[in-house]
Amino acid sequence: MSRRHAPPRAERKPDRRDLGWYVDKAVEVAVFVGGVSAIVFVVGIFVFITREGLGFVTGPFDFRQFFLSPRWRPTSEWNPTYGILALFAGTASVTGLAMLVAVPFSICAAVFIGELTAGRTREVLKVLVEFLAAIPSVVWGFIGLSIINPLIINVFDVAVGLNVLNSGVILGLMAAPIMTSIAEDAFRAVPETYREAAEAMGATRWQVTYKVVIPAAKNGLLAAVLLGIGRAFGETMAVLMASGHSINLPTSVFDSVRALTATIAAELGETAVGSDHYRALFTIGIVLFLITFAINLTADLVIRGTRRKE
Amino acid sequence: MKQKLLTTCLAILAIGTAAHAGTTVIQNKGSDTLVNVAQSWAEAYRAKNGSVVVAISGGGSGTGLAALINGTVDIANSSRTISRKEVEEATRKGIKPKEHIVGFDALAVFVHKNNPLEKVALTDLAEVYGEDGAIESWKQLGVDVPGCKNQTMVLVSRQNNSGTYAYFREAVLGERRDYKLGTHDMHGSKDVVDLVEKTPCAVGYSGLAYATDRVKMLCIAKKGEESCVRPGVETALDGSYPIARPLFMYTNGEPVGATKAYLDWILSDEGQCILSRRGYAPIRHVTCK
Repeated sequence: MSRRHAPPRAERKPDRRDLGWYVDKAVEVAVFVGGVSAIVFVVGIFVFITREGLGFVTGPFDFRQFFLSPRWRPTSEWNPTYGILALFAGTASVTGLAMLVAVPFSICAAVFIGELTAGRTREVLKVLVEFLAAIPSVVWGFIGLSIINPLIINVFDVAVGLNVLNSGVILGLMAAPIMTSIAEDAFRAVPETYREAAEAMGATRWQVTYKVVIPAAKNGLLAAVLLGIGRAFGETMAVLMASGHSINLPTSVFDSVRALTATIAAELGETAVGSDHYRALFTIGIVLFLITFAINLTADLVIRGTRRKE
Repeated sequence: MKQKLLTTCLAILAIGTAAHAGTTVIQNKGSDTLVNVAQSWAEAYRAKNGSVVVAISGGGSGTGLAALINGTVDIANSSRTISRKEVEEATRKGIKPKEHIVGFDALAVFVHKNNPLEKVALTDLAEVYGEDGAIESWKQLGVDVPGCKNQTMVLVSRQNNSGTYAYFREAVLGERRDYKLGTHDMHGSKDVVDLVEKTPCAVGYSGLAYATDRVKMLCIAKKGEESCVRPGVETALDGSYPIARPLFMYTNGEPVGATKAYLDWILSDEGQCILSRRGYAPIRHVTCK
């Protein structure tokens, strides 16, 4: 090793292409690709499903039949019909019930974790809630099929336990953890000074939560609900297993229904590529994509709204 | 698209390994009804004839025929005849599907174990499952099912692109009739049997091979006043059971080489005995060990 002091390489020759330079560039490219990949994938997926579904929209697509008829009979030998009204009603009813279950459940859980506990209990609870979110949907579906199904038959004395009630409860439990996490984040975003001010005025802990923290976190809570709806809307496997997969316009929670997502999952695998049935399924995909996109966008705008106010 | 790509990759991989080991690979895909027996055939054939590997995958009759039309499989399994549309598409791609009957499957109609019903006529079954059908309650069939609220029938069916669904529609409902809306469309024969087992009000259908002793099989008559026939290998074989369907294998043109040898072996006594042990009816009387 030479003892003579040499100026740092970078100064002498700024663009010398040694190993460090390549590593640097590689990392730079990797970060860039990672950054834009989300955009590329979203656009790519949209282009793909549109391309596959477009042949149906421009071909045998009949707007009134597609959106207003409950008859989904794509494989009929003599009169195939493609009506998604019943499928849409199925998805909407299950999602609606899921929200009735999940909203009170998750907001109460978030209040408890965020406002009423501290320290170790709080950390343990947070981990448990996140763990609940990690249960695979097929496991939830299995619970619906083998535990809740006979339970509903016995308790409510109905013909079949695979229905709106079963899948709604399951979807509610599935959506609740993510909603709890977001709601809790919203509570944490409320400045500590609000609470201190309320306490200084003599408010009890409950009054602080109810009158100050919840109103201040309103937009965050709304975003939590919207993301929960998006989650419930797009869920497939659990709904396929627990809803009964039956084309019905539900009139009570004990009716079996069929969801848009479950229809795609059950039928796409055995459909000849390029047939009308195949393209109709992709058209359902476009509808689903647009709905979830709208829900997520709204949630995002609501959250942005909160941030700007602060 | 992705599936096709995956199949192609697997096929290339399989051919690659096969060429290396000096073996022949026969690609066999299709009907879920046939997939278990196809697996048994492949294993037995491998044990007998080590240089031929038969790669089996399921996915449904439509998937298998689509793969044959796309030229990615040697043999497609199907529980229904190839449709006119599929033949047209095959001709366009220069494929000539050749049909081989490899066995018969009796379609059994199941009810819950506590259901007192013993027999049902096909004409009644058409009113139960068919669009605008008049029968919606077990009372209309003259029974009172214990544990079934309001005696409302819960109809269990299959997803609309299964071969079993298409055959039941054709054989029971008739040419120009569709199913009622509101059937529970299960994604596999086993799921049908499972749901019927757990639901007192239910009625469902699937291949005889999926029958268990936890559900009850009905005796089937053609019309109300006629005597009924119990589903079974014997009654499917002699043609007396009214809803037995042939099971097919399709090849591209007359089979040659290893594929021909394999098909001949399936139709031999040995192959047919494997089929009958799986609960299907062989194409002729065979005596098995």
